[in-house]
Amino acid sequence: MTTPSRPDLPGGVRPTGATGAAQWVGQVVLYGLFALAIGVFSQWPPYHPIGSDQAVIKISVTRLGQPVGECRRLSQEELAKLPPNMRDPVQCPRERAPLSMEVDVGGKRVLQRVAQPTGLSKDGSASIYERLVVAAGPQQIEVRFKDDVRPGATTYHRQASVDLVPGQVLVVDFDAEKGGITLQ
Amino acid sequence: MPSHRPASVRSRGLSGWQALERGFDSAFGSALNPLRHLGALGFLALWLLCASGIVLFILFDTSVTGAYASIEGLERLPLRLGQLLRGLHRYSADVLMLVMLLHIVREWLHGHERGVRRFHWLTGVPLVAFCFVSAVGGFWLIWDQLSQYSALATAEWLDLLPLLTTPLARNFLTVHAVSDRLFSLFIFVHVGVPVLFLFGLWFHIQRLAHVSVLPPRMLTLGLIGVLALLALLRPVISHAPARLGQVPTELHLDWLLLWLHPLTDATSGGVVWALVIGALVLLLTLPFLPQPARAVVAVVDPDNCSGCRRCLVDCPYAAITMVDHPNQRVGRELALVDADLCIGCGICAGACPSSTPFRRIQRLATGIDMPQLPVDALRARLRQDMGAATASHPLVVFSCEHGAAVGGRQAPDVQTYPLLCTGQLPPSFVEYALRDGAAGVVVATCREGGCEFRLGQRWTAERLAGQREPHLRQHVPAERVELVAAGSGDEPLLSAAIDRLRVRVHGLSDQPRIQNDDYSLQT
Repeated sequence: MTTPSRPDLPGGVRPTGATGAAQWVGQVVLYGLFALAIGVFSQWPPYHPIGSDQAVIKISVTRLGQPVGECRRLSQEELAKLPPNMRDPVQCPRERAPLSMEVDVGGKRVLQRVAQPTGLSKDGSASIYERLVVAAGPQQIEVRFKDDVRPGATTYHRQASVDLVPGQVLVVDFDAEKGGITLQ
Repeated sequence: MPSHRPASVRSRGLSGWQALERGFDSAFGSALNPLRHLGALGFLALWLLCASGIVLFILFDTSVTGAYASIEGLERLPLRLGQLLRGLHRYSADVLMLVMLLHIVREWLHGHERGVRRFHWLTGVPLVAFCFVSAVGGFWLIWDQLSQYSALATAEWLDLLPLLTTPLARNFLTVHAVSDRLFSLFIFVHVGVPVLFLFGLWFHIQRLAHVSVLPPRMLTLGLIGVLALLALLRPVISHAPARLGQVPTELHLDWLLLWLHPLTDATSGGVVWALVIGALVLLLTLPFLPQPARAVVAVVDPDNCSGCRRCLVDCPYAAITMVDHPNQRVGRELALVDADLCIGCGICAGACPSSTPFRRIQRLATGIDMPQLPVDALRARLRQDMGAATASHPLVVFSCEHGAAVGGRQAPDVQTYPLLCTGQLPPSFVEYALRDGAAGVVVATCREGGCEFRLGQRWTAERLAGQREPHLRQHVPAERVELVAAGSGDEPLLSAAIDRLRVRVHGLSDQPRIQNDDYSLQT
């Protein structure tokens, strides 16, 4: 069954406000303002992540630290007490040393960080990441890094003079195969 | 002395919002007011994003080395189609973000985070996060200086959470660190998260009936036209290609989508995490704050429910299902109200054919009714008022309690009947009022698109115009009926409608109020 329509009651009285040309002008203005807002704020104002006379030093190291103690050879008596499937004659500590790093720029300490190894047993790698904004131009950089807490362990050290151009990113990393602390 | 309770932030905000809506109504008309179609506009922006995104993805080279060049290659498409595509894609994302935030504000100002609508609110919160993530991820794919800045800033921000053993930011240390595999992750973020967004959107609207997934045609065309013009007049252009050894010194950020990065630079990653988590927790907590008691829900009377399904069709919140009728007659159904979904608007009572006041029974029991304002009480009051009316041309005003208030402006010849929603009014009550002595009837709905219960205004207008069942019968003289769309704050509009009807009916004194009093529905 179709419902009989009432064209004489087409929807009643609506708030009309402006009519005709004024309404069209109003719509054009509002659409224009909307487009202006989107168009402007999608690209303006320009943003400056760093100053035009600045550069960035990124210190980023991810590394498995050295074991916290020396490996030890078990005696025959100690081995005999272990189940047969666990009789490894050399036993090493599972825990790894934290990474410690110090960075001086222009003789001023800008970073001093100790990163603990991950994992419940502290046997995972540790990470240090820091982004430092410094003045562009000649800079004296000194980095000290240690991944070992055993007596007599090496502290890696690197001192370098760099000339940073504005906006340059200098990455400080550690790569044992490349001799230790790297600057790139 | 009357006490003046200070208006809450919400009520003051709502007044301001309604004033803004009325301003937009002046230009667009209430039916096409974009502020009343924010959800549908969000859908439109999403469809534009999907359509332009699919084409862009076909033309996109998903590799570190080829991505930038493929985006720049869009410039070579004929008829500036590349600019159009890219601009539509970007600006639609801006629109989606904007209308989504306005949608949240509007719904909160109306108190729609509470009660039955808590579900919609809670399912909407993750959509905000999905929208941000996929929008930000889109910038990375271009692999220009802005991509480099955004990807690195995001990685550094995520690294503050103790989730990964190796910082994500290490993926952007050197040019060799960025691989095609990392690009696959970018693509997942920009394509996979929107799929989650769509899935979440399905949940968001699942408990709604008659959902508009597109705004009205004129608004759709208007927005597409504006975005297309914007795409051509202010084309989206790339920055220089990414160079990981260099920090860009000037970026043309999309502040609507990438504002979190500068905020992080200006404060710290921790502060921004606190703000983001705080905002999400606040949004998720709002529905659980103390709130007014829930409205009484609709009740079905099996003896009077014919199983016609009109209430099921008209319910805006999909709160009604049909079950087998307990009288066991084959094929007979019974409406069943889900109390958790029912918002208590009464639109179902207005849809029920058994709600007609012409039924010759002592107590007007209908198939589905609102216990707080049953149709029987409405009929009884109407009868009593019309019987006691002393005015020569009494007028009846059926109004919505969420719309324009009539109480303070009531004239001696006007009887007002505030309803939960005008959708609660069975059209036959208009005819009944005229038959019982009213000279004219005003039906005052909220403004078009401004119904507190989404569809009450629309259903009322359609029922009175005979475009929807139950309809106002043909022989009811149109000149004695005034339908006015007057929302909260539109009291002058309602007064004007009453005055207009008063003048009109005074000129109709000789004509019968009902031309053909042949109503025969009986029980």
